[in-house]
Amino acid sequence: MAFLQNKQRPFSAALAGLASFVVFAACLGYAQTKNSCLDCHSALPDPMGVTEEKFSQDVHAQKGLTCASCHGGDPTSDDPDKAMSRKAGWKGKIDRKQIPELCGSCHSGPAYIRQFNPSLRTDQLGQYRTSVHGKRFAAGDTMVAVCTDCHSVHDLRAPSDPRSTVNPVNVAKTCARCHSDAGYMKGYSIPTDQFAKYSTSVHHEALAVRGDLSAPTCSTCHGNHGAAPPGVEKVQNVCSNCHAFQAQMYEKSTHKKAFEAVSLPGCVVCHSNHDIRRPTDAYLGAGPQGVCMRCHKPGDHCDQARAQLLSGLSQLDEAIKSADQALSVAESSGMEVGEARLGQDQARDSLTKARVTIHSFRTDLVEQDIQAGLQIAAKNLQAGKQAMVERNHRRFGLGISLIAIGIVLAGLRLYIKKIES
Amino acid sequence: MFATIRHWLDTRFDWDDLTAPLRHKTVPTHRLSYWYFLGGITLFLFLIQVLTGILLLLYYRPGANEAFESVQYIMTRVRFGWLIRSIHSWSANLMIFTAFAHMFSVLFLKAYRKPRELTWVSGVLLLFLVMGFGFSGYLLPWNTLAFFATTVGTAIAGQVPIVGKPMMIFLRGGPGVTGATLTRFFGFHVAVLPGIATVLILLHLMLVQLLGMSVPSKLEVQWTADPSLKQEMKFFPNFLLRELMAWYLALGVLGVLAALFPWNLGVKADPFASAPAGIKPEWYFLFMFQTLKLIPSKVWFIDGEVLGVLAFGLVGLLWILLPFFESDEPSHVKRWITGIAVFALAYIAGMSVYGLLAK
Repeated sequence: MAFLQNKQRPFSAALAGLASFVVFAACLGYAQTKNSCLDCHSALPDPMGVTEEKFSQDVHAQKGLTCASCHGGDPTSDDPDKAMSRKAGWKGKIDRKQIPELCGSCHSGPAYIRQFNPSLRTDQLGQYRTSVHGKRFAAGDTMVAVCTDCHSVHDLRAPSDPRSTVNPVNVAKTCARCHSDAGYMKGYSIPTDQFAKYSTSVHHEALAVRGDLSAPTCSTCHGNHGAAPPGVEKVQNVCSNCHAFQAQMYEKSTHKKAFEAVSLPGCVVCHSNHDIRRPTDAYLGAGPQGVCMRCHKPGDHCDQARAQLLSGLSQLDEAIKSADQALSVAESSGMEVGEARLGQDQARDSLTKARVTIHSFRTDLVEQDIQAGLQIAAKNLQAGKQAMVERNHRRFGLGISLIAIGIVLAGLRLYIKKIES
Repeated sequence: MFATIRHWLDTRFDWDDLTAPLRHKTVPTHRLSYWYFLGGITLFLFLIQVLTGILLLLYYRPGANEAFESVQYIMTRVRFGWLIRSIHSWSANLMIFTAFAHMFSVLFLKAYRKPRELTWVSGVLLLFLVMGFGFSGYLLPWNTLAFFATTVGTAIAGQVPIVGKPMMIFLRGGPGVTGATLTRFFGFHVAVLPGIATVLILLHLMLVQLLGMSVPSKLEVQWTADPSLKQEMKFFPNFLLRELMAWYLALGVLGVLAALFPWNLGVKADPFASAPAGIKPEWYFLFMFQTLKLIPSKVWFIDGEVLGVLAFGLVGLLWILLPFFESDEPSHVKRWITGIAVFALAYIAGMSVYGLLAK
């Protein structure tokens, strides 16, 4: 305390006091945040190895949780015997059978989760118990997926992180790790080609190629924590989440009753499930891509209706293409046909609407949309043709004007010659 | 009948005295006389601009929600609207081209020499003004290309030290290009610039009338030494009729361009859309734009774009003052000015082509 009494150096005394406080606080902080687990485990090979870099990516670590939060023990101790003592609550490697309950011990607690992320749901464990995975797990099957199989462990990222195994773009690959492994799935009587089929689908193209995160992946139709097959009778409910208009049409159609009567799975009958392709008008055809004739007989009432629908759609498609061509020719001649171009969008909308209305399986309703589209396309075609007529008038007018200008020029030239001769 | 009208005017206004200078005015004739027509053609195209501009004003509505639609209406619904708008657009471009050509012809013929320094100054100012007409008029249809070209153009103006930022805000009517910018540009295009241009054109024409046509320096030396070699024609009617022929030719070219290649309207501007890839200004700004693109982002400690803008400003100023660096004696004209003219022409043409081809 002598230096505190030294009135000659009050500034040095204050500085020394501050430095002592900083060192003390740093030591205290080090003791509180010290994680001795990583000192050893970062040097160990897999599956025991967890590097500091890997663990720092984990969403739990970022929220302040440590190894001890799941594994117990005393991470502040440098003595392995003390750090991994049962007395300190050390659990060691988590038994696979304990994983859902361990994760659920925090994730099922709304009050606990709210302090980290108030919008995060806390029903995952409850949902898991209703899933095929959860039911089999409860029955003692440890080969089915538990939390860590899908979410990974020690570098678990939030689903919104593109590197997360459960980010929408990566979900299908995560599911495929088990479901596409024929050896692993040997004991289960389900196919293993879902991922291969999904990879060829229009949904995969939208999600993975175009980056449309609203496009469906496995969990969109099957659920995630409560994953299960949708069931034959519920398929249209799954699809209708996105394809609302088609579902409304289908609900009122004769096909719904007919399919239900013979336990056919709605949308899937024509569009399949995992390998859903972009539908074309050929689906209505009698060729190999046609879907109607798989059930209907040639020449029957439905076959005639199918042919009528196909003919109407083809007619509108052709009409739109013809109008497009006429407008393109007019545009390349410098004619302004912007309004007709805008009208073409309306014609295309009518075609799309007609294709949606197909799901009502009513020719009169589809015909209404087709006629509306045909009228618009005809008007636009006329606009294109009219523009070309106008172009010809302009060129004729130009010819006449140039002749007039030529005559005036010749006249001027002659007049100049006359007055200068 | 003409004689009666003339007599009527003469008894009241001394018509013969009034038109005497026109009748006595002569124009030198030599093998380079054809270059004299360029100024007249530029004037003709300006008159076409005034006429077609007034007609467009009958239907054009300035405003972000109306401008594009009103031009579309002119192009598709108004009788001969397409022709008026196409002629206005083509004539604007031809006018800028002939104004440039006229300036370089004056430069190479050394017509800016004493006593025509002020004719040159007013002419160069008119050229800058014509480019201002082009810049302000380009935005008026409110299409995508115009919107982004104006955004880039005003941002470049904003690079001028100290006054740049306030000037950009003033031009845009705010921090960004909006409907307020369109209204301002419309005001500049149809009121401010035409007012200044009319005064400058009158001054330019008055100086041309007052000082007469210049002849190339070599010829001037020869003609001064031996006045019998001097050749000239009457301004009225001989030269004026020839000028009229040139105007008719220009009208024919305009008609062909407007009828065969009607000016494209493009797509309506969407301020929230991203700029189209490889967007470029109009051809007459291309040499400056390409130069600014080629300057490194930092030259020593100065921002490259700022340096480029300042350099163009300085060159523009020196260009206006060019006649004051020339010798007063036609026998001692400075060749280095001709050298600069050749370099400027090659630079503008080369950079424009480069800018056109560059991605």
